[in-house]
Amino acid sequence: MLAALAATLVGIAIVLTFFVAPEDADQGISQKIFYFHVPIALTAYACFGWGAWKALRLLWTRGERYDLESYVAIHQGTIFGALTLATGSIWAKASWGKWWVWDSNQLVLFLVLFLFYSAYFMLRFSIEEGPRRANVSAVYALFGVALIPISFLAIRLAEDFIHPTTFTRDGPQMTGTMFFAFCVAWLAMSVLAYALYRVELLGKRLDANLRDLREALTA
Amino acid sequence: MTYLGAVTTLARKDLRLELRARDTLPAMLLFVLSTLVVFHFALPTGADEVAAQGLLWVALVFTALLGLARAWAPEREGGALDGLVLAPNDRSAIWLGKSVAVFVFLAAIELVALPAFALFFSPLSAAAVAGVLLANVGICAVGTLLAAMATASRTRELILPLLFLPLAIPLVVGGVGASVSTEPGRYLTFLGLYDAVFAILCWASFEYVVSE
Amino acid sequence: MIRARAVEKRYGRRRALRPLDLDLDRGGFLVVTGANGSGKTTLLRLVVGLAAPTRGTLEVDAGRGELGYLGHEPLLYRDLTALENLDLYGRLYRVAERRERTGMLLERFGLWDVRGERVGSFSRGMTQRLALCRTLLHDPALLVLDEPFTALDDEGATLLDRLLAELAGSATVLLSTHDPDRVGPLASNRIVLA
Repeated sequence: MLAALAATLVGIAIVLTFFVAPEDADQGISQKIFYFHVPIALTAYACFGWGAWKALRLLWTRGERYDLESYVAIHQGTIFGALTLATGSIWAKASWGKWWVWDSNQLVLFLVLFLFYSAYFMLRFSIEEGPRRANVSAVYALFGVALIPISFLAIRLAEDFIHPTTFTRDGPQMTGTMFFAFCVAWLAMSVLAYALYRVELLGKRLDANLRDLREALTA
Repeated sequence: MTYLGAVTTLARKDLRLELRARDTLPAMLLFVLSTLVVFHFALPTGADEVAAQGLLWVALVFTALLGLARAWAPEREGGALDGLVLAPNDRSAIWLGKSVAVFVFLAAIELVALPAFALFFSPLSAAAVAGVLLANVGICAVGTLLAAMATASRTRELILPLLFLPLAIPLVVGGVGASVSTEPGRYLTFLGLYDAVFAILCWASFEYVVSE
Repeated sequence: MIRARAVEKRYGRRRALRPLDLDLDRGGFLVVTGANGSGKTTLLRLVVGLAAPTRGTLEVDAGRGELGYLGHEPLLYRDLTALENLDLYGRLYRVAERRERTGMLLERFGLWDVRGERVGSFSRGMTQRLALCRTLLHDPALLVLDEPFTALDDEGATLLDRLLAELAGSATVLLSTHDPDRVGPLASNRIVLA
C-alpha cells in the first residue's frame, strides 16, 4: 500500500514538473531536473539523519533491531546520494556543458558524503557480525551526521581559494506553481525513500527469521 | 589515579614504546621527506607557490595515515587492549592517551617537515604553522578512533585510509586556507570548531568502539 | 558475588554461549569445564565485562578494580620489560605500595632475575607467569582464570597450585580448565558447559 502511494506521488510529481510548472526564464527545460535533484538530496540527508538517530538508539539502549534499521536507512541514503550526484551531473551538463562542476557546493558536499558512506559499507562488511560490528557502524554513522555541517562549512570556506563561483544561488527563484510542484516532488521522494526503507527492512528481517528457523529445525 | 593521571601514564607508555622500537617515527620522517621531493617533480614549472602550500597538506595527511596505521599495534600484539579496557578507568582515557602520543609523534615529524618544506618550496606564515597545529589535534583525535575501529576489521590497513580521508577533507580546507588566505583567522576558527566537535564525539564514543 | 540467569551470548548468528544459570558466593571456588567451543571463554569474558550478554541477566558484585582476569592472551606489552608492564598496570589500578608489591610478585613467580627484559623475549611459560602477576597485582576480590594451566610450564603450574590453595576461601575464584582433577579438591562448585 505504501508502495502504491509512493508510485502515485512520484507520478503526480512528474506530471506537475513537466506539464504544469512554468519554464524557468533563464535555464529552460534543464531546470526541470531541479524538481528531482533537490528533493532527492534532501531525502538523502533525511535518510542519513534517520540512520544516525537509529545508531544513537542502538548505543543508548543496546537494542539489537536498531542496528539493522540504521544500516538500511544509511543504505537508502547512499542510494539517494548517488542519485543526487547523477541528477546533479545531468543538470551540470545541461547548464554548463560539462558532466561535473565544482561550483555547486551541494554537489561537492554529496561527493564527500558519498565517499564517507561508501566507506561505511566497506567497514561494515569487513567486520564479523555481532555487537562489535553494530557498535562500530553506529559510531561511524554518528560521525557522518557531524561531518555533514562541518563539510558544508569547509566547502563554503574553500570557495575563496578553489574556484570563483559563477553563480550565487543553487536554485531558481520559484513562483507559486513551481513551489507547489517542488513540494509535491519532495513529498514524493520522501515517501519513496520510506517505502524502500520499509521494503528493505522487511526483506532483511525475513531473511534473518528464515535463517533462524532453518537453524532451529536442523539443530 | 585521576583521569589525567591515567591519560599521562598511557601516553608515556606509548612514547616509551616508540623510543625503544624506533620503527614508526623514522619511517614517517623518511616518508614525508620523500613525498616532498616527489611533489617537486609533480609540480609543473610555472605552478605557483599557492599550489605548493596545498601539497604540504597532502603530505601531512598521508604521513599521519602511515603513523596511525601502527598506532594500536602494541595493544594488538599481546592482547593488551583488553587489559586497558578492564582497568578501572574511564575507557575514553585510553583513546585520549593514545591520541596525545600520536600528536607528539606527528609534531616531532613536523618539526623537520615544515622547515624542509620551507627550504624546498616557500616559507610558511605563522598562520600556516598555527593551522598545522590545530589540524594536528583533529587528525590525532579522529585518526586514533578510526584506527581503533579499523582494528576490528579484517582489512585493517586497507580500510583506515578510506575511513580517514573524507573526514580529513575539512582539515585540509582549513589548513590550506590558513596558509594562503588573506584572512587566516576564519580558517583557524574553523579548524578549532572541527577539533571541538570531533574531539567530543571521539571522547564520547570510544567506549563503544572497544566493547562487545 | 556472581548471579547469572539465562545468560546467553551470540555473535550475529553464531551462538557462543547457550542460556546458563550460575551462582557463586563470596569465597566460593567455581570450576567450569566443557568441550572446546562450549563457551567457557565467552562466559568468563562476560563475567569480567569484556563482553555483554545478548540476553539474560548477569550480576557481578565486584567493580572493575576488584576483578583479576587471566585470559588466553597475556594482556601485556611485548616491547616493555616485565617490570614496566607491571608498573603500568600498577598505576592504572592504583595499587598501593606498587613497587613493593610488584617486586614481591615477580620474586614469588620466579621472574625477578628477568624483570628488566622485554616480554617479547620470554618463553610462553614465563609470559604466562607474568600474566599471572598482572592478574594478582591489585589483590582482586574476584579472580577469573581462563585455562590458566595450559600455557604454564611445570614450575609455574606448581606455583599456581600453591597460590590457589592459599586463596581458596579468602578470594572468590572462577576458573575454567580442561583438567578438572587438578583443582578438584579446591572446588566448592562445578559447572559443565555443553
